[in-house]
Amino acid sequence: MTDVLKVPTMAEMMAAGDKPEVLFWVGCAGSFDDRAKKITRAFVKILNATGVKFAVLGTEESCTGDPAKRAGNEFTFQMQAMGNIQVLNAYEVKKIVTTCPHCFNTLKNEYPELGGNYEVLHHSQFLQQLIDQGKLAVQGGAFKGKKITFHDPCYLGRGNDVYEAPRDLIEKLDGELVEMKRCKTNGLCCGAGGAQMFKEAEKGNKEINEERTEEALTLTPDIIATGCPFCMTMITDGVKLKEKQDKVNVFDLAELIAQANDL
Amino acid sequence: MGISNIIFILIFAAAVLLFAKHVKFIVRNIKLGKDIDRSDRKDERLKLMIKVALGQSKMVKRPIAGILHIIVYVGFVIINLEVLEIIIDGIFGTHRVFSFLGPVYNGLIGSFEVLAILVALACLIFLIRRNILKIPRFHKPEMKGWPYTDANLILIFEILLMSAFLLMDAADYNLQQRGVDHYVKAGAYPVSVFLAPLLSGMSDSALIMFERGMWWFHIVGILGFLNYLPYSKHFHIILAFPNVYYSKLDPKGKLDNLESVKKEVELMMDPNADPFAAPAEPQGEPERFGAKDVFDLNWVQLMNAYSCTECGRCTSACPANITGKKLSPRKIMMDTRDRLEEVGKNIDSNGGEFKDDGKSLLRDYISEEEVLACTTCNACTEECPVNIDPVSIIIDLRRYLIMEESKAPQEWTMMLTNIENNGAPWQFSQADRLNWKNEA
Repeated sequence: MTDVLKVPTMAEMMAAGDKPEVLFWVGCAGSFDDRAKKITRAFVKILNATGVKFAVLGTEESCTGDPAKRAGNEFTFQMQAMGNIQVLNAYEVKKIVTTCPHCFNTLKNEYPELGGNYEVLHHSQFLQQLIDQGKLAVQGGAFKGKKITFHDPCYLGRGNDVYEAPRDLIEKLDGELVEMKRCKTNGLCCGAGGAQMFKEAEKGNKEINEERTEEALTLTPDIIATGCPFCMTMITDGVKLKEKQDKVNVFDLAELIAQANDL
Repeated sequence: MGISNIIFILIFAAAVLLFAKHVKFIVRNIKLGKDIDRSDRKDERLKLMIKVALGQSKMVKRPIAGILHIIVYVGFVIINLEVLEIIIDGIFGTHRVFSFLGPVYNGLIGSFEVLAILVALACLIFLIRRNILKIPRFHKPEMKGWPYTDANLILIFEILLMSAFLLMDAADYNLQQRGVDHYVKAGAYPVSVFLAPLLSGMSDSALIMFERGMWWFHIVGILGFLNYLPYSKHFHIILAFPNVYYSKLDPKGKLDNLESVKKEVELMMDPNADPFAAPAEPQGEPERFGAKDVFDLNWVQLMNAYSCTECGRCTSACPANITGKKLSPRKIMMDTRDRLEEVGKNIDSNGGEFKDDGKSLLRDYISEEEVLACTTCNACTEECPVNIDPVSIIIDLRRYLIMEESKAPQEWTMMLTNIENNGAPWQFSQADRLNWKNEA
């Protein structure tokens, strides 16, 4: 398969007098973090393969302000939010999909009061819709017999009550979905939320990602799946800490679908 | 009307007045909080209250404690119907005034008895869980001292009240069987019938003394318990209802947008704003960003503090606490209540004005270390059986630290500088945001 991705920007589309049906909000992790960039590319491959008419903001995108808000800096958050809303509204964006639950939550819940009203979807929901609409068919073969557990990102699960879309996607892979004891509403955080990603943890007797990874490993899964670039970092680090990286892979939902369809 | 009726009326009136006074103190304290509009979506709120507070839907997430709690709760509510009869009897010197209801009365008394024994047993199991099995969430640092004693006192109190009720019935049953004057044959005694033989050796007068003794113990105990509530975590039996009704209906992930910040940011972003314009007349004191003390929190957050019954489900699900950090969401609520009580007493002893005591919720009660450890994962708000929201308090304390004191861990300061300078929490140029497109 070709590795050349078609990634039109809003500016390009606008110049061509065209409009996308959905804006893909890439997010900072998706743009800059080496591991998360792979998720971004996997998701774009699916979008390209299914012929979804989308665009990104590219260099006009900026941090949603989520970590600033959670760290307590409401000024920085609102400066970011209002700047982004100006850009989004100028392009008359109506629908947004993002691969980051933190961007998802902020855009969906915290932007409306500041003047940004969009239909916002997490990529698990968007992929689910593509399947429901018959635009995406997942080939199960690659994951037959594989044990997959799903780590609920807090801002997707408890934060916004999205529990089923990710699981429905995994079911489509023909693997065996196994649940951790702490899953869905009882899911345990990976440790990155609330801007913890950007600082050392307070003194304790263990890192949160270690606690969570240990729980996942008790299931002896082949794959730990997640839907958040920050959970990805934390769980991947946890698996390395436990020296299980040769046995257990950590993948985003988009990567699993892309792999299944050999994209 | 005899002397005992007058004594009863005096005790009853004193108990009710004392309780009302204390409730007034708590309501005033809660109103020290800032305003927040929760008057919207009334139908949804009512339904939530019926489901979560009345229906105990979140309690049964942990089935053992949940079912035992429902027994105590249902028992408590229903047995209190009996208190109505006791009060009327106490005032007018009647005995079992509702006995004219006949079979209905028998059914009621019978079910009270069954519930009473179930409540007593449930409380006994609760005592065992706390003191013998030592369930970890009841033994966290914030539970040392009064909170631990408080929990045990409540359980012992309830066992004593239920025992008095059943023993009173047992004596009454004996007296009814003997046809003693004033003791009408009424009621059904499915439980106390087994206790009755224990008392059958007593003389009529001794039995009457015993029955009256238990009657007085039961009602004075209930009135005493009523006045104990405001000092105790047990106040949740009242506040659970409004607390759920006024709880946050938005998705858990959503944090509020500070209005005070919004105005300033809008001004900064407005290209038409005149930078040399004279500032508008300041309207009162400028609002503090975030929370340093209880005055800076809103009344729902303060009501949350009084509604907490310290069950610790939040703390037992908190990822920070599980991994040994100091943060405990339960402690956040207990500290907020303790500080609010202190502030309330300060106001009362200074003629209605708060006199600066040099203390604040932040630092004197809740440390920076605790505030910084939260991942905002909402495990605590999900767990709380009465929808308390510790995360909102933690965020407000962070807002004060970072916006009023510019105090943040160095890494956060760098992260914030990056967002402000290059639109990402890391030091990457915004111009490189699309580079991933061409990277294999």
